[in-house]
Amino acid sequence: MDQTDEQVRLLGEDGTLLQHDTYKVDLGDDELCDLYRQLVVVRRIDVEGNNLQRQGQLGIWAPCLGQEAAQVGSARALRPDDFVFPSYREHGVIYVRAGMEVLSVLGLFRGATLSGWDPQRHKVAQYSIPIGTQALHAVGYAVGAKWDGAEVCAVAYFGDGATSEGDVSEAFNFAAVHSAPVVFFCQNNQWAISVPLAKQMAAPVYKRAFGFGFPGVQVDGNDVLAVYAVTRVAADRAREGGGPTLVEAITYRLGAHTTTDDPTRYRTSDELDMWKAREPIGRYRAFLERTGLWSEELERDVQAEADRVAGEVRSTVESMPDPPLSDLVDHVYADPPATLLAQWRQLQEFEAQFETEA
Amino acid sequence: MAQITMARALNTALRDAMEADDRVVLLGEDVGTLGGVFRITDGLLKDFGEQRVMDTPLAESAIMGVSIGLALRGYRPVPEMQFDGFSYPALDQIISHLAKYRNRSAGAQPMPVVCRIPYGGAIGAVEHHSESPETIYCHTAGLKVVTPSSAADAYSLLRQSIESDDPVIFLEPKRRYWAKQEVDLPVETEPIGRARVVREGSDLTLVAYGPMVKVALDAAEAAQEEGAGSLEVIDLRTLVPLDEQTLVASAAKTGRMVVVHEAPQFLGMGAEVAARVTEAAFFHLEAPVLRCTGLDIPYPPARLEEAHLPGVDRVLWTVQRSLDF
Repeated sequence: MDQTDEQVRLLGEDGTLLQHDTYKVDLGDDELCDLYRQLVVVRRIDVEGNNLQRQGQLGIWAPCLGQEAAQVGSARALRPDDFVFPSYREHGVIYVRAGMEVLSVLGLFRGATLSGWDPQRHKVAQYSIPIGTQALHAVGYAVGAKWDGAEVCAVAYFGDGATSEGDVSEAFNFAAVHSAPVVFFCQNNQWAISVPLAKQMAAPVYKRAFGFGFPGVQVDGNDVLAVYAVTRVAADRAREGGGPTLVEAITYRLGAHTTTDDPTRYRTSDELDMWKAREPIGRYRAFLERTGLWSEELERDVQAEADRVAGEVRSTVESMPDPPLSDLVDHVYADPPATLLAQWRQLQEFEAQFETEA
Repeated sequence: MAQITMARALNTALRDAMEADDRVVLLGEDVGTLGGVFRITDGLLKDFGEQRVMDTPLAESAIMGVSIGLALRGYRPVPEMQFDGFSYPALDQIISHLAKYRNRSAGAQPMPVVCRIPYGGAIGAVEHHSESPETIYCHTAGLKVVTPSSAADAYSLLRQSIESDDPVIFLEPKRRYWAKQEVDLPVETEPIGRARVVREGSDLTLVAYGPMVKVALDAAEAAQEEGAGSLEVIDLRTLVPLDEQTLVASAAKTGRMVVVHEAPQFLGMGAEVAARVTEAAFFHLEAPVLRCTGLDIPYPPARLEEAHLPGVDRVLWTVQRSLDF
């Protein structure tokens, strides 16, 4: 069920470029190399997130290890004025769209902020931890964009587990009825914490789209070129008034659900080894080598960039101050109730006692 | 002055808000062609078109989630939940996102969404059509909760709610939809967050809101006729923000207070008002703040609702308990 004959692939396991009737790669050499850089940097940010959690700098981390191609490939296919609605593991999407705004994600997992960022700045909505709920926000945004006559699309990111939530089905239906310019991008990473795909659903995700009245495409989510090409077509179709598309990217969560999880309790090392062999970055590097785009110099540059970003992530997190107490109440309302302000004054009075004693 | 129903006042408020700001859009089940099951959106589809008045699929969570997305696109959506009892599928979207979005974006992203919900009983309806869920919303930080009791307030509070950058749960007392009031629209009444003393009195304060304001006023009138006391009546108008000042000033004046609401008593608005007034006006009180409310039960069948809901007689009986204390 996880892989079908119809699955779109542009890269063989050994990095050979495959031909496809519908989906083509239209990237130049520089862009192809830059794609490699982003994959490597995203993986390094993720490693750093894990390390920082182990060292007590983050409260928790949700690793995206193994899903870099699905995230980088899809995000690269979008335009700056498209709007992305992530779940909570889309660190790669955030990095591609918003660069070092990814530090806000670290702040979130540190417990220094809630989501913290301005969704309008990079057109990236807040992380959405309640599963699947953000799919509806994407539909609403898309309906509004369509009314405005704007040539933009909204992209909802969610996982295989989220497809069991009612909100995702409601989003599919609403988007179909209103022909909303949405790309539903499902990263099927095979596991919803400890629950495997077979206990989550009885039919492939992408096939649901047809029942709702729009196309669904299954793509090899560890093939960054295929993900890019499929997302491009879906986004173009949405912007041109064609309505929604469901993209199911078959990938694998090589890491734990979060740093509090122990995947050895529910999955075998054989399975893990099988997917490690299919991980996306090695395959893409093999493609670059085959086409002569890879060089020692490129590798040095890419690794240096990853080191630089990792260093910035580490130093920023380690020096991240605790938020001021006023963050408790300052942003709850545009126009806060007097009862809340009174409560805040009382807390300040209470806290002031200790300042005097010190 | 014209005689206007609350339903007409709400309809006019929506129309005027849509004329004033083309980012105001309506969406919900049956709000378009039918004009809503209570006809609050009557005629608006015809005049504003399908992009401003949207008949949605029958999915309340979607109605709310899509409203949030529209707000992110810069719209000011006014979603309608068809009935109180059907609003619960939207609670996840309301609690997890609508109420929190501004706070989670460190104040960067406003959520100017007004969720209209017809609420309350006494209309002889079948189950799930007569509920009073206000406490759920009042307990959710980030929301404002507004409930008018008259046509004038319905108009003004709805206009204010649509102009607010904070999300508003706008509870419409459906038993009062067809009650008429002499008023010329547009009208501007007190701002959100201000209660109103709707009847002056000296012996005891009745606190009510939405559907219970008329009951409280009738009780005060009856008390006066029977020589059973001079009752002051406060219409809260907005539950969040709560106008504590007006409550405390009245309790200090009369020394006695009874809170009246349809919703179950346990952890209801009565409990909140009682706690606040007890703390702020303790030495003025001649009796504990009492509550006259719905029972702590699921909403009963229509033929039992009269006993469940506070009526004039039970309000007066509770008043007497306070006076006798």
